[in-house]
Amino acid sequence: MDLSSITPALLLASLMVAATPILLAGIGELVVERAGVLNLGVEGMMITGAIFGFAATIETGSPLVGFAAAAAGGALLSLLFALLTQIALANQVASGLALTLFGLGLSSLLGQDYVGLKPTPTPSFNIPLLSDIPFLGHVLFSHDLMVYFGLGLVAAVWALLKYSRAGLILRAVGENHDAAHALGYKVVRIRILAIMFGGACAGLGGSYISLIRVPQWTEGMTSGAGWIALALVVFASWKPGRVLLGAWLFGGVTVLQLNLQAAGLAIPVEYLSMSPYLITILVLVIMSADKSRAPASLGRIFHASG
Amino acid sequence: MKLTHILASAAMALGLATAAVAQDKTKVGFIYVGPVGDGGWTYEHDQARKAVVEHFGDKVETVYQESVPEGADAERAITQMALQGADLIFTTSFGYMDATINVAKKFPDVKFEHATGYKTAENVSIYSARFYEGRAIQGHIAGKMTDSNIVGYIASFPIPEVIRGINSAYIHARKANPDVEFKIIWAYTWFDPAKEADAAKVLIEQGADVILQHTDSTAPLAAAQNAGDVIGFGQASDMAEYKPSPRVSSIIDNWAPYYIDRVQAVMDGTWETKDTWDGIGPGMVGIGEITEAVPEDVKAEALALKEAIANGEYHPFTGPLNKQDGTPWLAEGEVADDGTLLGMDFYVEGLTGEIPQ
Repeated sequence: MDLSSITPALLLASLMVAATPILLAGIGELVVERAGVLNLGVEGMMITGAIFGFAATIETGSPLVGFAAAAAGGALLSLLFALLTQIALANQVASGLALTLFGLGLSSLLGQDYVGLKPTPTPSFNIPLLSDIPFLGHVLFSHDLMVYFGLGLVAAVWALLKYSRAGLILRAVGENHDAAHALGYKVVRIRILAIMFGGACAGLGGSYISLIRVPQWTEGMTSGAGWIALALVVFASWKPGRVLLGAWLFGGVTVLQLNLQAAGLAIPVEYLSMSPYLITILVLVIMSADKSRAPASLGRIFHASG
Repeated sequence: MKLTHILASAAMALGLATAAVAQDKTKVGFIYVGPVGDGGWTYEHDQARKAVVEHFGDKVETVYQESVPEGADAERAITQMALQGADLIFTTSFGYMDATINVAKKFPDVKFEHATGYKTAENVSIYSARFYEGRAIQGHIAGKMTDSNIVGYIASFPIPEVIRGINSAYIHARKANPDVEFKIIWAYTWFDPAKEADAAKVLIEQGADVILQHTDSTAPLAAAQNAGDVIGFGQASDMAEYKPSPRVSSIIDNWAPYYIDRVQAVMDGTWETKDTWDGIGPGMVGIGEITEAVPEDVKAEALALKEAIANGEYHPFTGPLNKQDGTPWLAEGEVADDGTLLGMDFYVEGLTGEIPQ
């Protein structure tokens, strides 16, 4: 065993990268669920975002356009879910699962011409001065733009939900849609917007995998990241800060266990492999021993007549 | 007069019967572990499926299901394919072994072909390729090319096929460069580009400048390319889009001749249980072009090694070889038998770490 071959700065820096896709998808799903909608289609929206972003980057040569296209793609697909569940009042669980299957199929269809191509690299964005700080500079301030965007988004969602009127309305819709409706809020409209936001975030998360983390297009490349993001929201008790913590834990332990394996640590590999799931769930479950609970209207169908 | 009449009608009936058989398409099913666009393992199986279609044209109908998880769900997928009327089903991953055997019991009239496994039955054949022959060549190139003397290896599952590959690559890397060291990561997946990329990055961060992979996507090559001075190899498929570097060579699985042969056997009614394990010689394992990123002399040595393996002069597991704990395995000049290779569950001497159990 040679633990000296693990560089802490590199480890922490890759933690931030490994956490970003599930963080983006998770924070989007959190907003959707706080509005009282359970969208199980995160995986489908992520993979759709991955191919939209990848294709747009290849065609235009600009990763920024790619990320915009990924968000648009994810939002577009989520609109289908919104149509089914908010207008046609279909079952949310079934519609969400269908959305995942549809997204996986659609993405492999769209992606047929993009196998084996290499996207324009996304420049990493070294924050001047700050990135020169020894250790911390490398860990915190020399990433690509999307890492900062993800962190900013978590902060924005947290502030919005906690302090703004819009956040209050969103939560009201999620807690008791009948009461919100009685107060004159457009429940369906608010939920559709929340669903689209969730779709855009999932799309961004997916394109982070296809444009930065891997970077290439392969069918089925998100391989379950969407489901992890979904679980993260639940275990994080629908709190943005905990989603961030959970994503970091999951990403961190994932990277750490690979490092430990490569360094030849004498812990059986099976335990190392399950450790990201185990540790993340354990920490978040212990933290959620307080009074946090799911939004009361989560997954329930709303109709103005009811 | 009467006799000729009978003969004529008999001939006619026979002719009709043959025509009827000819019209009845042979239905061939394929169960894939990844998506057909993975660029690696499943991609090559699907190329072979297409070759079957091209070869037989209208006489054959193929169906496939991709990304079938190994385990209980595989049994459902295979059963469904058998119910749809498939005459021959190829199950193309190690983890489908028990599922294939179970379904085969229920459908005695359907023929099954299981890749890389070791259980046969009345209607189940097994086939695999001697990938370790290709690994020997990769190991040689890896040993010669590494400057840091650290070779990273992304392994999938601790099954004999994967362990054989590690041993073969290590033995030949060590021969080429006595100071070489292998760092092995078990990814516990055949296909997960994000995880494979992470594993490759970690290995590179820990000093590896050659990456070998036994997972199916091209993600490790993309990671090698981003890192710069790192080389890798195409796995299962040529992965030519990463030529000339980081992809300096590749192991290519060529299943097409075997698939065509077996479909033909089903059509002719001559299919019987077989255990096929072919290597470079018969062409089931191909070595992709060694690019100009490899120095001429190393390339020549690698090609000579390939030639020697192909014509049977040299076996990659030739003694003297010890097991990891130092106990003797093969004496000087002794060659490993197929039984030991098929069940290989130990590292050779010099490798560090333990095989997950």
